[in-house]
Amino acid sequence: MENDLILDVRDLVVRFETDDGVVRAVNGLDLSIKRGRAIGLVGETGAGKTTTALSLLRLVPDPPGVVECEKIELDGKDVLAMSVSELEEVRGKDISMIFQDPMTALNPVFTVGEQIAESIFLHENVSRQEADKRAVEMLELVGIPGDRAGEYPHQFSGGMKQRVVIAIALACHPKLLIADEPTTALDVTIQAQVLDLMRRLREQYKTSLIMITHDLGIVAEICDDVAVMYGGKIIERGTLEDIFNHTRHPYTEGLFNSIPNIHDRKARLTPISGLMPDPTNLPPGCAFAPRCPYAVAGCGGPQEEIAVSDTHFVRCSRYKEEGFIIRRRAAETASMSIQEGKESDNAGGGSWPHSAKSLQAEGE
Amino acid sequence: MGEKILEVRHLAKFFKTGRGMLHAVDDISFSLEKGKTLGLVGESGCGKSTTGRALLRLIEPTAGEIVFEGRDITHLSRRKLKEARKDMQLIFQDPYSSLDPRKTVSQIIAEPIEAYRILKNRNEIHERVAELMSIVGLAPRLFNTYPHELDGGRRQRIGIARALAMEPKFIVCDEPVSALDVSIQAQILNLLQELREKMGLTYIFITHDLSVVNHFSDEIAVMYLGKIVEQAPSEELFANPLHPYTQALLSAIPIPDLSVRKKRIILKGEITSPIDPKDECRFYKRCNYACDACRKLPELRETSPGHLVACSRIGEIPKAEGLF
Repeated sequence: MENDLILDVRDLVVRFETDDGVVRAVNGLDLSIKRGRAIGLVGETGAGKTTTALSLLRLVPDPPGVVECEKIELDGKDVLAMSVSELEEVRGKDISMIFQDPMTALNPVFTVGEQIAESIFLHENVSRQEADKRAVEMLELVGIPGDRAGEYPHQFSGGMKQRVVIAIALACHPKLLIADEPTTALDVTIQAQVLDLMRRLREQYKTSLIMITHDLGIVAEICDDVAVMYGGKIIERGTLEDIFNHTRHPYTEGLFNSIPNIHDRKARLTPISGLMPDPTNLPPGCAFAPRCPYAVAGCGGPQEEIAVSDTHFVRCSRYKEEGFIIRRRAAETASMSIQEGKESDNAGGGSWPHSAKSLQAEGE
Repeated sequence: MGEKILEVRHLAKFFKTGRGMLHAVDDISFSLEKGKTLGLVGESGCGKSTTGRALLRLIEPTAGEIVFEGRDITHLSRRKLKEARKDMQLIFQDPYSSLDPRKTVSQIIAEPIEAYRILKNRNEIHERVAELMSIVGLAPRLFNTYPHELDGGRRQRIGIARALAMEPKFIVCDEPVSALDVSIQAQILNLLQELREKMGLTYIFITHDLSVVNHFSDEIAVMYLGKIVEQAPSEELFANPLHPYTQALLSAIPIPDLSVRKKRIILKGEITSPIDPKDECRFYKRCNYACDACRKLPELRETSPGHLVACSRIGEIPKAEGLF
């Protein structure tokens, strides 16, 4: 069972000690990924997604960053106990990362071929010539003609640069790939190309994937599992099916209600009221409670993870109450019993406590 | 039935570059009824923002006519243009760079009121600013704060309040929500929608996000390399996309719904150069249906009432199945 996990993180805490106070970016995060699976790490700006990813590679700048963790195990190896040289061996070889902005991830003074070959040369026992040859193969694999290996990053478009970054990340066939919003800077048709490429390469190399994104559409397309982050914690996790079709957490529900429905363009959006919490001053208990339409006094207390099923977990203390149900879920069960889609449309309708006054919703 | 508020005829904007003439907007025409919203969609470099700016003459069009409320504003003098612009405003994409960092929220919103000398009395200006702030949902306590103290959603509300200060009839919204998080994005979209209903505003909504534009617009025009390639009422465009580019664009939207398993059309290559383009269909090099007929520039033709397409092979291209 243990060997089945490519990554196992227990109780990760990351804080940044700045002059303006302590920024609590990640607050007790557990994350485990089975070999070959793709997990989507979903959340909005400031949820702690990128910080989580960086701490897996021990890349959080210190100071001001302080990382405390019970365990980070990558393929059975303890990342926390590694020396600097051991870390360098793991980075780019066992675990690699694709960054959001392909424009800044590449070095402008080296050719793209050199940059791909560097990773191969460093990690595998091959000659320069062999590394160069494999770099050209990698370029072709991501759909760029091999004869462009001698060109510099500025000679490529955004989508092509992101392909080069993917080629570098995959050059040593990593066991785990972390993609941090890899398509956010790209146009939709180019995004479709890149996602298609990532999906094919993942099938080919059986790479495990952490896909960091704010786009639930991308998650639906490429991931097997989902973890939703808020205020530095995973507040709901489960399979794609669990999260999309049997949503439990009020924040996850809020995210779905904020997205325009492609099937019903007249449906009014139901935004989440208020703003993301200030990470220097997180509320006690559930960080989402101040924005939550279901919040009660008990939400200020400790929030443990509650198992909904073998695969599905939610961090919301209201589920300790008998019969607590969120609207999306109520609509889902209703539509199942009526066998008619009409009822479920009400989920996005105007019956929300705060939808009617969305103009003032932002007020305080 | 509706009264036309804006009519654009053969609008073009070319930029001179070292390598030749860049055709940012190349001969586009459309009109807009009062109270309606036209969505202008396309990928980076298609000319949608340039179009938006040229409409307000924030950049001077190279050719063409812009008729606003029956008056040709293309050749108005500076002074008359300033007067005309009271009715036409712009909301910018980036709420971080479009606000003066040295001014407070109230000073930013008061700026157009002072520039146009609408109100002169300080108390009146103060009242008007407070009123605008409450319209867009900004708390009164933010009156004297600076933009850097606020998050993206609030900054975008300031931009909207500033645009509303002149009581405009027509607003160009240039990617107003693309810099915002989804939960905040929905707040701003709802606000814009409520303002449209309350004040009878007419919008041009520029975006690259097709699910947002579908939600927000009555009509959508799809642009590719400076040209409108397809234009139709929103429902019609999504139900029956005819241009191969529109089909690919719609198929590329990732949809957060597991019951939707769509067939994706993956385009080959990337957008070609807008510098001195050849006189052929702009989509020729990437199109899966390109043939010799596409070697000449297709005209935008009406295929059914209100649905316009610029493609030489219309009728031969299979209907896009299983998009949603």
